[in-house]
Amino acid sequence: MTKKMIFAGFGGQGVLMMGYLLALSAMRDGKNVTYLPAYGAEVRGGTANCTVVVSDEEIYSPVASSPDYVVVMNKPSLKKYEGTIAPGGILFINSSLVDIEPNRTDIQALKIPVNELAKEVGSDRAINMIMLGAFVEKTGLTSLDSLEASLRYVTKGKEKFMEINKKGLIKGSEFVKRS
Amino acid sequence: MSEKVLMRGTHVIGEAAIRAGCRFYAGYPITPQNELTEYMAAQMARYPGRVFIQAESELSAINMVIGASMAGARAMTSSSSPGISLKQEGISYLAGQELPAVIVNTVRGGPGLGNIAPTQGDYFQATRGGGHGDYRTIVLAPYSGQELADLTVKAFEYADRYRNPVMILADGMMGQMMEPVVLPEPIDPVTLPKGDYILDGAKGRPSRLVKSLYLDPPVMEEHNWKLFRKYQQIAREITTWEDFMIEDAKLVIVAYGTCARIAKGAIRRLREMDLKVGMLRPITLYPFPSKPMKELTLKVKSFLVIELSTGQMLEDVRLAVEGRAKVHFYGRPGGVVPTPDEIAKHTNLIYHRQGLEGEDYE
Repeated sequence: MTKKMIFAGFGGQGVLMMGYLLALSAMRDGKNVTYLPAYGAEVRGGTANCTVVVSDEEIYSPVASSPDYVVVMNKPSLKKYEGTIAPGGILFINSSLVDIEPNRTDIQALKIPVNELAKEVGSDRAINMIMLGAFVEKTGLTSLDSLEASLRYVTKGKEKFMEINKKGLIKGSEFVKRS
Repeated sequence: MSEKVLMRGTHVIGEAAIRAGCRFYAGYPITPQNELTEYMAAQMARYPGRVFIQAESELSAINMVIGASMAGARAMTSSSSPGISLKQEGISYLAGQELPAVIVNTVRGGPGLGNIAPTQGDYFQATRGGGHGDYRTIVLAPYSGQELADLTVKAFEYADRYRNPVMILADGMMGQMMEPVVLPEPIDPVTLPKGDYILDGAKGRPSRLVKSLYLDPPVMEEHNWKLFRKYQQIAREITTWEDFMIEDAKLVIVAYGTCARIAKGAIRRLREMDLKVGMLRPITLYPFPSKPMKELTLKVKSFLVIELSTGQMLEDVRLAVEGRAKVHFYGRPGGVVPTPDEIAKHTNLIYHRQGLEGEDYE
């Protein structure tokens, strides 16, 4: 099984961290992974995206022609990536910022109001973890436990960020379970 | 064996260099390889007797490497295309003085200032010398996180073994991509054998001279032939490549680095469609795997060279096959990275046109 996915949004929304944390967790689960961040003159408020591949086999191309999953955190990303998703794929939409409907009918679209959910968690900065929690709950590419362990590894030395991010992951996951 | 870590390519090179016993690093910032300089700044300081210097220019960085190498240290510098151009004089001197050094080029768009996206436009510069004079640089082209680590260690070994500069030719994508890597076992630089040419004080032994100036033409000629014989020995001993699905191939893709990675994705698709496509992936760009390529022409009549340039390695492939097979080309210069689909489509087209009249039409 090989799954390719793209995480896209504004710089500052934690888009690259989402991809990195997923790749790290999947690797720790024993999977093969690649994580490829778009690398340009990136700035806060500009666009940011990364491509992650998770596989049981050797990964050939780290570039995705037609990703199985796409996460869009803003409107420009929806416009850019909607057309690329493989038929039957899943589109994760940050419905707090994206107020337009996707055109594709051969894919599944999942709307997650991350900003509203972030308020319930108590920090706007948890939006990427909420989306990641939702993403993993839906795709099953790794587990919440695995994500939490990876998060602990990544936030080593900055433990104060651990709690809020963990809450975010759980929030996103619960949202998908309910919907 | 140590466990797998998820690291970006530039950091993998840095960590592998430190573990290979790199005692001296000098660099000057340029995107897209700054993370390597940054990594060395932070990590070299953790080990006693290791030196990190952010030089005031690329020129001084490469000349500091010459000095460190002369004194017997495993030495490295890194930069990206425009910065590597500035280092060419120093690389030529390293070759002339027969000094080991590792130079990392994280290639970006060009010519001139270009852009910071991944390309393979520095192939000519890397494999044809780049600097002046009759010399060669060993050029290694990693295509995965693991190879970045393994080839960095090899780069230091080759540099010492042949007393020759070695270039690691990566690109923006290799540098930024993260993949699980098993890092090499650390070597304590103190345990490395001392070269019999290094300048470390002549107390108790005759003095030594490291130079590239030979004013007497016959002496210079002999020095050139000596270097030439060394390059022939290098070609015999370290030429490396990967054969991928070539046993039954009717068309063979030739690609290296990032491009080879994407081409493998394309080949997987083409194989699912029952197209007999394989790949020969040069791992050493100099010495180039001309021999296996030539041998392959006994059964393969079509080659497709794919590069992130307008066609540079293409010339080496043409030289290697000596007109015995048709050599096609597909290139995306300027920092545009093709998708596996795109390469599959183009390969498909060439595959089905093989042997048809008007095959030249493209």
